[in-house]
Order: sequence, then structure tokens, then C-alpha cells
Amino acid sequence: MTGRPAGRPLVPAYLSTGGVARPSRPHMERLTVLALTGEPLRQGPPQGSPEGLPAAGLALLEALEGGSLAVVEAAALLRLPVSAVRVLAADLEDRRLVLARPPIPPAGRFDPDLLKRVADGLRALKHD
Amino acid sequence: MASAPSSTTSAPSGTTGAPGEKDRVHLPDTARDLVKILVAGPFGVGKTTLIGSVSEIRPLHTEEHLSEASAEVDDLAGVRDKTTTTVAIDFGRVSLPGGVVLYLFGTPGQERFRALWDDIAYGALGALVLVDSRRIDASFDVLGLVEESGLPYAVALNEFPDAPRHHGVERLRRALDLEADTPMVTCDARDANSSIDALLALVDHLLTRDPVEAR
Ligand SMILES: Nc1nc2c(ncn2[C@@H]2O[C@H](COP(=O)(O)OP(=O)(O)OP(=O)(O)O)[C@@H](O)[C@H]2O)c(=O)[nH]1
Ligand SMILES: [Mg+2]
Repeated sequence: MTGRPAGRPLVPAYLSTGGVARPSRPHMERLTVLALTGEPLRQGPPQGSPEGLPAAGLALLEALEGGSLAVVEAAALLRLPVSAVRVLAADLEDRRLVLARPPIPPAGRFDPDLLKRVADGLRALKHD
Repeated sequence: MASAPSSTTSAPSGTTGAPGEKDRVHLPDTARDLVKILVAGPFGVGKTTLIGSVSEIRPLHTEEHLSEASAEVDDLAGVRDKTTTTVAIDFGRVSLPGGVVLYLFGTPGQERFRALWDDIAYGALGALVLVDSRRIDASFDVLGLVEESGLPYAVALNEFPDAPRHHGVERLRRALDLEADTPMVTCDARDANSSIDALLALVDHLLTRDPVEAR
């Protein structure tokens, strides 16, 4: 029926490449969830900021006081590029100030159980 | 120093319909599995409209530097000083019962966004490709990108008032060069239920397509 020849590759691109055309995984993904550990900030040097953190790092901690945020949400709220938030959040994680929970690994996203929950959830939303 | 907008703090999760609800960005405590779907298409096709009609938060956006998307940035000062082309990427979010949080990323389809596309597509469930039936050739680039990335996809035909009525589904499918099992639905991106139906066409496709592909 369609003009395209039948027969697709048995190993689609998202399996053979791990989901992207480039080799390295991003250290923090857009949907990595960030939350405060609750560790208190140590005083920085005299006249310095707590822990010697950059202003953007403190702003990220402040944003997380209201609850957890995905990396991409933190970037939007702080008006910073996602790449910058990745770096900031990794630094705060190293200092044990922030917990970072990665999203479902790419291999897990075709789990029928997960997909069914998405479909059922969307259907439930329609009746609102 | 920058600080988070105060309107985004507090408010317990679980309430619906409260005023200012859409301004609460923090994740509900029930959030467990975060997944994303790309809403892809050419300029002006209705990506932002569809995301806005489904999202529980007012759609947000990030400013993405086109030249840096493929390289990790290790110097914040460098990011700020650089004068590169930026593009705003919209996104929205829906918390579903059962702990799943679905993110929708509006993704421009031009070839020059490829590195950014790959970064956003990483780990996505699939893509909903929006097509304006008045100018289907504007969607060829995005179909090429989505097919190369290997993301499963469905096509949603956004019907604008002056769209030609007599295209015929088969002719359109042929013009878009779609596989026989690729879903194609019509959609009014301004309508939440219609937009949800389009997303469901994609998710149902993910559930039912050939298990060889899904494994
Ligand atoms: N009739 C009709 N109008 C629509 C539909 N979807 C979007 N529009 C209108 O089309 C215009 C463009 O929609 P947007 O959602 O801004 O399109 P976009 O894809 O985000 O555009 P860019 O971000 O500029 O690439 C707006 O004025 C919408 O109101 C639709 O399904 N039907
Ligand atoms: Mg838009």
C-alpha cells in the first residue's frame, strides 16, 4: 500500500546506538530528578559564599527548597542552559548537598507494564 | 543573584484545580517514573499549543545553545560569554496516576537542530510528529530526523481551517512515505482531549507494534 519497500532492519537504530547517534551518555539527563539531601551548608571562607559555591549553585539549592525538580525544570526556572545545570548539579551531588535520581534507562522504556500505565493514565485524564 | 520564582514554592501535591496550580513546578511526591515524548514538527505547526493543552504546568522552556548541545560544558562562565545561536525548547508535564510523569518536549525539526535533537531524544518513548496538511513538505525534515534517530512515532495531522479537505488518507500517507503500521490521526492541538487522543495513538502503537522491534 505504501510506496516504501517492506522489510525493516532487525536491529533498529535506538538499540544499536543506545538511543542516540553519539557515543557518550550525558552525565545528567534532562529528566534526572534533583532533590536536597538536607545536609546543612558549611560556612565558606570569610566574606565568601557558603561552601564557596557560585551564585548559580546557591540559586539551584534555593529552587530545590520547594521540592524536587527535574534537571530541565531547574534549568527553566533558573534561566540557565541545561548543560550548565548538569554541571552545577553534579558539583552539588559531589558535595552531598543534592541527590540525583536518574530516569528509567533507555532499555526499560519499552516495558509493556510502563507503557500500559502511560496509556491508562492518559485515558483517565480524558474524562476530567 | 538569581532566585527561583516564589510562586513555585509550597502547596502540597494531589490537589487539583486550585488557582495558581499551573505555576507549581515542583514535582509531586508521587512522581516515580519520568518519561518523555517528543512533540516534533516544523515552525508554527502547533507544538506549543498541543503541549499547553495537555500540560499540568504552564509550559516552560529552556534556552538551548545550538553549538554546545553535543559537547559537555565544563565552564559556566564560558556558557554565558559565548554568543551562539539559541533556540527555545518548550516542554510541559502531566502527572499520571500510578506514579508516571510524562514530559512533552516541543522539538523543532530542522536539520540544523540535529545535535540538540539527539540530546532531547535520548531515552524518549517516541515522537508525535505534527503535520500541517497545507504544507506537508515542511514536515519532511522532521520525519527524516525521527526515522534516523530510530524513535517510534505516530503522525498527527493538525487541521487548520483553510486546509484542503480532500487529501484522502492514503494519498497523504504516500506523500509522507509512512510505513503501513505508522499511526496517522487528525488532531486539534487546541483541544486537550484531541491532543490526548493523538498521544494515545502513539502509546498504543508502542504497545502493539512488532515485539521484535520493541525488544
Ligand atoms: N485551527 C488550528 N489552529 C492551530 C492548531 N494548532 C495550533 N494552531 C494555531 O497555530 C498557531 C501556531 O501554533 P504554535 O503552537 O505556536 O506552533 P509551534 O509549532 O509551537 O510553532 P513554533 O514554536 O514557532 O515552531 C497558533 O496561532 C495556534 O493557535 C490546530 O490544531 N488547529
Ligand atoms: Mg512553539
